Formats: sequence, C-alpha cells, structure tokens
Amino acid sequence: MRTKAIVAAVVALAAVLVIPPLISSGDDGVRGLRVLVPNAPGGGYDTTARTAAKSMEEAGLGRNIEVFNLPGAGGTVGLGRLVNERGNDRLVMSMGLGVVGAVYTNHAPSSLQDTTPIARLISEPDIVVVPRNSPYRDIRALIEAWKANPGAVQVGGGSAPGGPDHLAPMLMAKAVGLAPRDVRYVPYDGGGELLASVLGGKIAFGVSGISEYRDQIQSGDLRVLAVTSGQRLAGLDAPTLKESGVDVDFTNWRGVVAPPGISDSERDRLISVFTKLHDSPQWAEALRRNGWGDSFVTGARFGEFLSAENSRVAGVLKELGLA
Amino acid sequence: MDAFSQLIDGFGTALTPAHLGLAALGVLLGTFIGVLPGIGPAMAVALLLPVTYGLEPTGAFIMFAGIYYGGMFGGSTTSILLNTPGESAAVVTAIEGNPMARKGRGSQALAAAAIGHFVGGLIGTIALVLLAPTVAKLAIDIGAPDYFAIMVLAFIAVTSVLGSSRVRGFASLLIGLAIGLIGLDEMTGQQRLTFGSLELADGIDVVIVAVGLFAVGESLWVAAHLRRRPSEPIPVGRPWLGRDDLRRSWKPWLRGPVIGFPFGAMPAGGAEIPTFLSYVTEKRLSKNRKEFGHGAIEGVAGPEATASASAAGTLVSMLTLGLPTTAVAAVMLAAFQQYGIQPGPLLFERESELVWGLIASLFVGLTLLLLLNLPLAPVWAKLLKIPRPYLYAGILFFASVGAYAVSGQVVDLIVLYVIGLIGLAMRRYGLPVLPAVIGVILGPAAEQQMRRALQLSDGEIGGLFNTPMSIVIYAIVALILLWPLVRKLLPSRPAAPDDEPAEREPEKVG
Repeated sequence: MRTKAIVAAVVALAAVLVIPPLISSGDDGVRGLRVLVPNAPGGGYDTTARTAAKSMEEAGLGRNIEVFNLPGAGGTVGLGRLVNERGNDRLVMSMGLGVVGAVYTNHAPSSLQDTTPIARLISEPDIVVVPRNSPYRDIRALIEAWKANPGAVQVGGGSAPGGPDHLAPMLMAKAVGLAPRDVRYVPYDGGGELLASVLGGKIAFGVSGISEYRDQIQSGDLRVLAVTSGQRLAGLDAPTLKESGVDVDFTNWRGVVAPPGISDSERDRLISVFTKLHDSPQWAEALRRNGWGDSFVTGARFGEFLSAENSRVAGVLKELGLA
Repeated sequence: MDAFSQLIDGFGTALTPAHLGLAALGVLLGTFIGVLPGIGPAMAVALLLPVTYGLEPTGAFIMFAGIYYGGMFGGSTTSILLNTPGESAAVVTAIEGNPMARKGRGSQALAAAAIGHFVGGLIGTIALVLLAPTVAKLAIDIGAPDYFAIMVLAFIAVTSVLGSSRVRGFASLLIGLAIGLIGLDEMTGQQRLTFGSLELADGIDVVIVAVGLFAVGESLWVAAHLRRRPSEPIPVGRPWLGRDDLRRSWKPWLRGPVIGFPFGAMPAGGAEIPTFLSYVTEKRLSKNRKEFGHGAIEGVAGPEATASASAAGTLVSMLTLGLPTTAVAAVMLAAFQQYGIQPGPLLFERESELVWGLIASLFVGLTLLLLLNLPLAPVWAKLLKIPRPYLYAGILFFASVGAYAVSGQVVDLIVLYVIGLIGLAMRRYGLPVLPAVIGVILGPAAEQQMRRALQLSDGEIGGLFNTPMSIVIYAIVALILLWPLVRKLLPSRPAAPDDEPAEREPEKVG
C-alpha cells in the first residue's frame, strides 16, 4: 500500500514537472516577448518566428523569447486568438500572405485589418518549375500550351486554395487571359509533396517557394522557367514573368503583427525591437542562410501594404467563388 | 560496395562518447514523449530545436533521430497498457495489445512490440543504406491514381476486420468516414460539417478520434459496469516471452518491414495505412485467427515492425530528395536549414559525414531502445496492478492531456468527450470501434487522392486507372473479390493438398 502511494506521488510529480513545459501554453505574466505561430512546427511562419527569436537572443535584443504554435484553419485560429488578446503588448504573431487568403476561404470573423501591423520581415518569390524532361523549354512555350488547352496543363502548388502557391498561378492565368475557373489547380500538402509530383512528371508545372527547391535546381532535376517577383533572383538563371510578357509581380512575404488596442508607445517599442533585429548581423546571416529576401517595412507602411494585398487576394478569390 | 565503407566511417562518428550520449538522451526523451498521447515526436523535435543550437549539427541530428525512433516506440506502450495510442502509428497496436494486457500478458505484448520495433527498424535502416537512391527514384513515380488504388485495396481489406456482424461493421465504418469529412475540402476550400467553427476547419486529428473511441469510450463503459462486475485488478502474468510467443511472432516481425518500408518511402505513404495492412495480413495468415480481437500476439508484432520500418522509409525521401513525408521529417528538414544545410539530392555528397553518422546512429539508437525497453516491459506492465477506478481515472487524465496537447485548443477536449460518448454508445450497441478509426484514417486520404487523380485527368474517369501500378492493384482487388466465386466454380479437389495442410481454411460457403 505504501509503495503504491509513493509510486502515485512520483507519477503525479513527474506529470506535473514534465507535461507543462511540453505543452506550449501558459498565460500572461511571462516576462519577455511571446511569438504566436499560427501553423504547425516546421512550417514557414514557424521557421521565420524561431529564426527571428534566435537572432534576437543572439544579438542581445531580448531574453526568454517564447515561440509557441497554435495551428489551425490556415492561420486564422491563431489570428482569432491574437485579436482576442486586445491590448497585450508582449505578444506578436508571425504571419504572411497565406493568412490573408485563409481569412476569406475560412470565413474567419477576424481579419488582419483588426491587428496592429508591426513589420514585414522577409520575402520569398515563387518559382515556376518543370522537371528535367519536360517538353516546355521556356515560359513562353508553357504559356502557349496552357492557353491552348488549360484542361491538359495541370498546375500543382504546395498550398490549399487561397494560399500563395494557389494565388500565383491564378494571377498568371488572369494575366494571360484564362479564367481562374479553367485552371486545373492541384493542391499538395506542402512543398515537399509537390516536389515529388513535379519530379515524377505527374503535373505539367509546379509553383512554389524557391527555398525548398534550391538543391534540386542545382542538381539539374528541376528547371526553373520563371520567377514570379519583379526582379530576377541572384544566382538563378531564370527570367521574371514580367519580362516574359506575363504581367504578374507576386512575392510571398512574411512578417509580424501585434494584437489590436495597444498604445502608440507600445507599438513603437515593438517596431524598434524589430528594426534593431533587422539591423543586426545575426539577422543578415539568417536571411542569407535561408535564402530569404529582405523586404523590411514597418508600422503604417506595412499596414497600407496589408490592405493592398487584401484587396488583390480578395479579387482573385471572388472570381473563384471563394470569397 | 561504397555505401558499406562509408557506413563504417559513420559508426566511427556515431560511437564517440559524446554522440553515444546524445543518442541515448534522444531515445530516452523520445520514449517519454511518445508515451504521452498527443505530444508527438514532431512537436518534441520542434521544442528541442532551440536547445540544440549549441550543438554541432551531427550531434543534434543524432539526437533528433533518437527522439524520432524513441517516440515511434513510446506510442505503443500506452496503446498496449492503457488502450490510449500515443501516436497515430500505434493505433493498430492497441487492438490486440490491449486485450493481451488485460489478460495479464502485458509484458509479453510490450516485449513483442519492442523486439518488433527493433527488427523492423533494423531491416528498414539496412534497406535505407542499400536501396535509398533506387527507392527514392521509384517513389516519385507513384501518383494519385496509384495511391487511390492502394486505398481501394485497403477498403476491401477493411471488410475482414468488420467483426462478426457485417451490418454493424459497416455502420461503424460509416461513422468513421463521416468524422473524416469534417473540415475544409482541400480541393475547393469549402467548409464541411464545421458548423462555422474555425477550430474544426482542419478536421479532427486521428489521435483524438482514436483516443476518444478507445480510451474514453472504454473508461465510460467500464464506469457504467463497475458496480455489476467485481473490480479485481488485472492479473500480471509471467514477465517474459515464451517459446510459443516467439514461434508465433518471428514471421510477423520479418513481414512487417516488407510492408512498412516502401510505404514510408512513398511521398504520401505515412505509417497508418501500412500498420493497418500489416494487421490484416497477419490476421489472414495466422493459424490462430480466432484469437484475433482477444489478444493475438501476431497483431502486435507485425504492426510494430511495420511502423518502425516505415519510420526508416521516411528518411529515404528526406535524405535523398529533401522531401518530408511526415511531420517529423518536416521539422528535421527545417532544422537542417537552420544549420545552413540544404537537404536534397546533393546531401549525400556534400554532407556525407553527417548523413552516414546519422544513419549509423539509427542502428545505435535502435539497439539502445531495445536494451532500455525489454527489461522495462515487466515494470510497465505492473502499472495495470493499480485498482480499476484509479487506473481508468489515470487513463482519462492522460487522454485529456493528450487531446489538449495536439494543438492546445479547448475545442479538442470537447470533441474528445463527444467522441468518447459515441464510443460508449457504440459499445452499448455492439458496434466494433476499429472500423470507425480506419474510416477516419482512410476516408480523407482516399478522397483526396481520388479527386487529385480526377483533377489531373481533367475529369476523365480513366484517370483513375491509367498507370501500370494502379491496374495491377485493381487486378488484385478483383481477384480478392471474385476468389470465392472462382473457388466455387473450380472442380473440388480430392482431399487436402499433399505438401502441407492449407494455411487458410476457407469458410464454408452455403
């Protein structure tokens, strides 16, 4: 009986000690900044948040920065939580273009217009890729074939409808005069699964962020037909869509927003922390390592950018019946 | 064999005291984490990432590999003892493992799982060394039509686990399929059965469904009957595997990797479907078919070996193509990038010391896992000596913690208890629980692959069977379906075949 009691006590103690650190919850009163990641560990917002947190600590800008995940519904579950934390100046959320579209596709009650914009941190252009043995040698050949028979030219992307990899080909389709509804878009579960079907020739072309594919491009397994951004990318022999006659300038971006209702001085303090992060050598190194573009914009200008993106995304999704 | 000499070098890297220590730490942490339902190896690796920034990459990845293998194993411990699968790959283990535990054969089940895990991981890792580039090339040729064909095959296989009453079995399967429909439709982005709740938009996690139906449903059922039944603690039998257990287990241990490894290597393979196919295979091939459902050791040994081998298979596509096929692989890929290492086809050339050290440490980790868990099996099994009310209270506690930990949302707890009530009702009316869980796993996957295939073929129905692999699989499906008919039409052979007695006694038809 006594051993049982001891065992029970030990188990209870172990449970109390082990479980709370494993579950990333906890409440206010935590000193230091908390970063909400609205998707699962390993995703884009997660990588950005953890990299930023690490660089901040290394640069001596903060201590005990806690990154926690609250995934769900393309980031809108996390967004809802952020909007509910009105006035909390120790919380920011890592987010990006995907959340803009997810607000529409999920019919989320809160939108990014309800948050306090802090900073846009990075950009990552999408690329149009085909496998090594694809019949399409350049972007013009692909566009010709696509226009001739959109049903036979399938495009794959690593995000669900409303996400960046979905929006980019839809904008391309609009630019070349195809109705978005005619596009055969096949969503894959992330860039990895998409890569498999591009390499396996299951789809005519893929559209996704560049960072996951650098190695395959270098080894020659993938051919990049175009980049979706306004400028060419250093170290990548591929034209922009614009110079190929397709009027699309599209770049996936990620940044941070804070809860609504924080005071101006609190907002400025957060902006200054992220500005210092941006100026640190640690962050420059992180950008280089991850192949991210530097697209730093803060505060009100970031807010204007958010509303512009919002109307652009809403336009495409409305045509598809998603918004 | 160049790979072999590089592997030897890899062991040189893995067997330094520091790396050995990290492997042991990883395995230990992984086992712990696997035991807690809902907190999977993916989350564990993500949480530990900041801790390992101080380490050099090789050491960090050796530790991550230990966590991965340990977590895959730890999940089966709670599956067997508490009917609460810690991981989705361990769901199948609960079906036979838990009845074994309740009969006092818990330590045998745990030992069969531990050895199965070791054998599966060993064979899987050897296959990884020898076949990685070849398998990776083949794996990317598998497309949506092929996956859908595999799903159809799996659905056919489901009928053999429907239980004694086909109607009840199908009812249960349909409950599972309905739960699987909840969430965003991936093709069009429309919401289904979410009732406007954002938290349901991603669907319900398989672990929550399994824990709800198995653990919560079971606890409620026991609570409802506790007064009528004497509450004796569960007997704890002999601690070791008997000769008979070994005789029955060794074939499933060897068969498991054959199913598990290729699935792990497929970009959309995962560990759930192969473990389930392994279970069905073992049930078909076993001479003790009647024992299935009441604690047949084959049903633990096979799926465990399968799960472990599929974990090794996952690493094939991650290391050779840079393709993450599971959440853990995705986190590990992100970790690679944090260290400035670009995973992909050039990884083996560029970072050969790291890759081979990692592979060698998998062997080390597997051995450590076996050494750790085999002696622990009888200790764990003693857990069941706790009187039933306390035991089930503990199960409910762990189930709730696990459901909350999946994504930290209160809604998941409510969902867990609702599904638990469904589980209670299903038990009350004699509906088997397993087909429902299989429906949740297979339904969404099958739908997604089918619609993807149709999208690729621009709506042509022929797009579902336009690859050699899918045609072969459909031929097998047709054969399975028509076999009873063909057998009937064939002239009956005189007496039994001469070489050995038929392994599968056909049911008498009509």
